[in-house]
Amino acid sequence: MNERKEPHPTDLVLEVQHVNGGYRKGGLLGRGGYKQILFDVDFQVRHGQIVGLVGESGSGKSTLAKLILGLLSPESGKIVHHTPRPQIIFQDPYSSLNPAYDVEWILEEPLRVYGKYDRAERKQRVRDILARVELDERFLSCRPDELSGGQRQRVSIAAALIRRPRFLIADEPVSALDVTVQAQVLRLMRTLREELDLSYLFISHDLNVVYQICDRVLVLKGGVIVEQGDVETVFRNPQHAYTKRLLAAAE
Amino acid sequence: MLEIQDLHVKFHSRDHEAVGGVSLRIDDGEILGLVGESGSGKSVTAMSIAGLLPRKQCALRGAILLDGQDLLLADRSILRRMQGNRIGVVFQEPMSSMNPLLRVGVQVGEALRIHQPELRPEARRALVLQAMADVELPNPEECYRKYPHELSGGQQQRAMIAAAIVSRPSLLLLDEPTTALDVTIQAQILELLKKLNAEMGMSMLFISHNLNVVRKLCARVAVMQKGLLVETGSTDDVFHRPQHPYTQRLIASIPTRHGREVS
Ligand SMILES: Nc1ncnc2c1ncn2[C@@H]1O[C@H](COP(=O)(O)OP(=O)(O)OP(=O)(O)O)[C@@H](O)[C@H]1O
Ligand SMILES: Nc1ncnc2c1ncn2[C@@H]1O[C@H](COP(=O)(O)OP(=O)(O)OP(=O)(O)O)[C@@H](O)[C@H]1O
Ligand SMILES: [Mg+2]
Ligand SMILES: [Mg+2]
Repeated sequence: MNERKEPHPTDLVLEVQHVNGGYRKGGLLGRGGYKQILFDVDFQVRHGQIVGLVGESGSGKSTLAKLILGLLSPESGKIVHHTPRPQIIFQDPYSSLNPAYDVEWILEEPLRVYGKYDRAERKQRVRDILARVELDERFLSCRPDELSGGQRQRVSIAAALIRRPRFLIADEPVSALDVTVQAQVLRLMRTLREELDLSYLFISHDLNVVYQICDRVLVLKGGVIVEQGDVETVFRNPQHAYTKRLLAAAE
Repeated sequence: MLEIQDLHVKFHSRDHEAVGGVSLRIDDGEILGLVGESGSGKSVTAMSIAGLLPRKQCALRGAILLDGQDLLLADRSILRRMQGNRIGVVFQEPMSSMNPLLRVGVQVGEALRIHQPELRPEARRALVLQAMADVELPNPEECYRKYPHELSGGQQQRAMIAAAIVSRPSLLLLDEPTTALDVTIQAQILELLKKLNAEMGMSMLFISHNLNVVRKLCARVAVMQKGLLVETGSTDDVFHRPQHPYTQRLIASIPTRHGREVS
């Protein structure tokens, strides 16, 4: 492990400490058995960092996101948040956006819940965020199923960002976007990091995207973090055989 | 194989046509790539071919000929027979087409149940398990018994590909089929598609925003923007000598490991 000094406590956004987690099958008491997915996962996210999480399909990336959000409880270990209200952009916008409402309602709702903004302010914020994810205002009156896949994905990004979180988990946030929009959304995420003082856990199977946007990277394989470090270092000089294979395959 | 003539699709709730006059051809045994801007009408075009647009919410014009028969004129019962039998579809978002209450194996076998009812259950099960293994799902027996939400995003996507190929359709419509897959599995899926194409002559429409993947798989590519086809040609030409400004922009913004200057 690194020999760095203990970080100043306020420098941390998230601490995941030796977490084991997985799924219990059937029954309230989980009598149907337990399948462990994550093994001794341990890392930290610091203030202003964009931490990438890469790894093969089924390795446990989304499961880790669920654990951090408290949608799933760890079997052991500890998850410590140093920010209020972490937000998530779910991998599957189709299931995560309420199909009964139009885009305007979906984006305005969280602002209504906070009760901080009056009506005009809310409308303005909704329009601002929409413009920033490159969506035209005419989509405000559409329901999610009337949008294209990439449009839906941008609405779910907007819905997470409009809450102005300090920590955001983005689970494959740009996977459905064509390269031009993808570049714009990545730019937006970087800009917001400065503007809103935002830190991210950025889950992606696209190594090029991770390289472009992340400061650090965690490599997950079979539920184990096999390598973590600074993006430049890991990409230039991967240590673990799996990371090497991953990088070679992406060439 | 498939010929689309001047296809127009207009949703009643919108001012503009989602597809504004598209003509396309997919030859026997060809894999045609379809790329383009988000919202440009790629999925709507594919859904029109599959006969899966909500007919009450939109108006369609033009012709979609599958081996000479116009799918837009065909009535529901004929369409349903063709879809699944002749046409397999992989949707952009897996969960939009999966039934959350049915086990994955049952859903993968759906096309067989409908189109080859004479198959005995054990034979069907064997074909389903084979298809699930073909798409690199780990532990097919276990996946068979799971419900869709118990699969990871990439596993759902692979289950859907299995469901589309299990009955060996002659035309496969693939809408962003590898978005959730990491490079290694993606490469294996591409190999599988190439194999189905080479060995069975399966024709494919391959929609993707991943231009590197399109380049690996497709000999010909069509580019859409704002409901229109702006460019069609051999993959080589389109990638090396893009004509239309949108295509040029698209090619220029392929992300690489070299540019780290996003902000
Ligand atoms: N609700 C669930 N119940 C049981 N098993 C599950 C459940 N959700 C996921 N799994 C299993 O846990 C493992 C990890 O899934 P997870 O969704 O975390 O993978 P992932 O790394 O996000 O993959 P992908 O890149 O495909 O999205 C997979 O094998 C999956 O089948
Ligand atoms: N059911 C619907 N009702 C109204 N408009 C729709 C409907 N489905 C799609 N649209 C609109 O039609 C246009 C084309 O959508 P389509 O899904 O074909 O785009 P796409 O090219 O597949 O984009 P993406 O790359 O984002 O998936 C979009 O502007 C979309 O908002
Ligand atoms: Mg996932
Ligand atoms: Mg689409």
